[in-house]
Amino acid sequence: MNIDSETLQKIAHLARLELDASHEGQMKKDLEEILEWVDKLNELDTDGIEPLTNMSFEVNSLREDKVTEPLSQERGLRNAPDKEGDYFKVPKVLE
Amino acid sequence: MQANSSFHQLKAGLDEGKFTCVDIVNHYLKNIHQKNDELNAFLTIYEQEALDRAAEIDTKIANKSAGKLAGLVVGLKDVLCYQDHPLNCGSKILDDFHSQFSATCVERLLAEDAIIIGRNNCDEFAMGSSCENSAFGPVKNADNTSRVPGGSSGGSAVAVQSDMCTISLGTDTGGSVRQPASFCNVIGLKPTYSRISRHGLAAYASTFDTIGIFSNSIEDAALILETIAGEDEHDSTVSTEKVPEFSRMLAFDGKVKVAYLKETLESPALNEEVKEAVVSIGEKLKAEGHQVDEVSFPLMEYALPTYYILTTAEASSNLSRYDGVKYGFRIDKPRNLESMYKKTRTQGFGHEVFRRIMLGTFVLSASYHDAYYIKAQKVRRLIKNQLEELFKEYDFVLLPTAPSTAFELGAKTSDPMEMYLADLFTVQASVAGAPAISIPIAKDSDGMSIGLQVMTKVFAEDKLLAFSKYLLEAK
Repeated sequence: MNIDSETLQKIAHLARLELDASHEGQMKKDLEEILEWVDKLNELDTDGIEPLTNMSFEVNSLREDKVTEPLSQERGLRNAPDKEGDYFKVPKVLE
Repeated sequence: MQANSSFHQLKAGLDEGKFTCVDIVNHYLKNIHQKNDELNAFLTIYEQEALDRAAEIDTKIANKSAGKLAGLVVGLKDVLCYQDHPLNCGSKILDDFHSQFSATCVERLLAEDAIIIGRNNCDEFAMGSSCENSAFGPVKNADNTSRVPGGSSGGSAVAVQSDMCTISLGTDTGGSVRQPASFCNVIGLKPTYSRISRHGLAAYASTFDTIGIFSNSIEDAALILETIAGEDEHDSTVSTEKVPEFSRMLAFDGKVKVAYLKETLESPALNEEVKEAVVSIGEKLKAEGHQVDEVSFPLMEYALPTYYILTTAEASSNLSRYDGVKYGFRIDKPRNLESMYKKTRTQGFGHEVFRRIMLGTFVLSASYHDAYYIKAQKVRRLIKNQLEELFKEYDFVLLPTAPSTAFELGAKTSDPMEMYLADLFTVQASVAGAPAISIPIAKDSDGMSIGLQVMTKVFAEDKLLAFSKYLLEAK
């Protein structure tokens, strides 16, 4: 598996991370090495095998639809890096 | 008070009036004050609060109204929420975060009058095998401070190892309770996937994450498990399976069928002394009349790659919530929203977390989703099925917990692949959702602890604990 710079930057963008040019080489090397190792799974024939997507033993776990207050607004906002009134505050989205 | 007492011993002392809960807390605080600067096992100590609570519980004991865990002192891994107490997940990105509620497992301990003494250091977001990935510095092994304690729940393991609390809670996604238990000469239990509610646990990989218990005795592990396991309306994945009174089911009787896995004993990564210790337990079991066979588990070598594909994929999704909007760290004067996300996450996450998010995003990206992520989910089913087949024949599987004993600090930090191999023998149970425990069985020639891992079929913790107690008494 060869990962080019464009792919690396695309992945970083999807993950909302910044990968500057000086770290690209190391990241490319690490990921290529790990991917080469996990390619081992291709030795196994998995045709017709259903992917295992959930490990829970529960089926349709339901509960009462009742109104509670699990987290008050005041508590919910307590850890906010920036807030105004009852809102979380972020930089302008629309110019 | 004896060092490294089990809760049973403490309870006997309390019942006989030899000491009080306040004495117990003071005993642990003394050890913390003496040793924590060097070991770095605790990030925060709730000193006054623990003392105040101990005094309250002493009153309750006098009034005969105390819960069943009165006198038990607990350390919590820094990924478990405890209301109004700090939580960082070993990361800079949760700077100044305080939990808004307590995890269900914490609530259940508190309801039985356990005392929480502090918050244990760990690898950032539980990603690591040596506790060198914490933003708050590495944890050191109390048996030799140039060695790692294992990870990711290393601080929790060292806290029990060095007599700073009676038990501690960690989390095990691919071995993060069992491997540090093995390195630190304590017992580490990973129950069946979904046995314990994860409400209030900061998620890493949701189809793997399991809360686990560090203790000095099997009795304690059993008692804590029966207290914290079971249904919880806040976690739709938790099992509704009945939780038996494990602590009353520890008598072991009869003969069992035990399997060794050829692929673990023949692994080139396995240290010779560890191998000998594990094999000698098998020999003893044979001498006692149990059936012990070497069997093959051909899919063993595929467990670790499967684990890394699926956990990084799940981590990339779970960790998307750390974006600087609602809590934690945010960069100064962001230019716009997207730049705020990116710069906050880039500065907030450490190297290993960054790398795993990149890998997870890659295996989930449209072009590679089927080749990696779906492929690994298919292999996961094969591994789970193969293990279930094995448990139709055998009661238990014995294997080394880790390929080696605790290694030197810094020995594996430059090569992620090398570090990943520390989980070589623990990921199998995690991939299959099976319960497993690490118990200390020997020391190597450097005096470092060797752990034996015992695994069994899902929801058979009662048998796992009884057999482990028997093994510890027989060794």
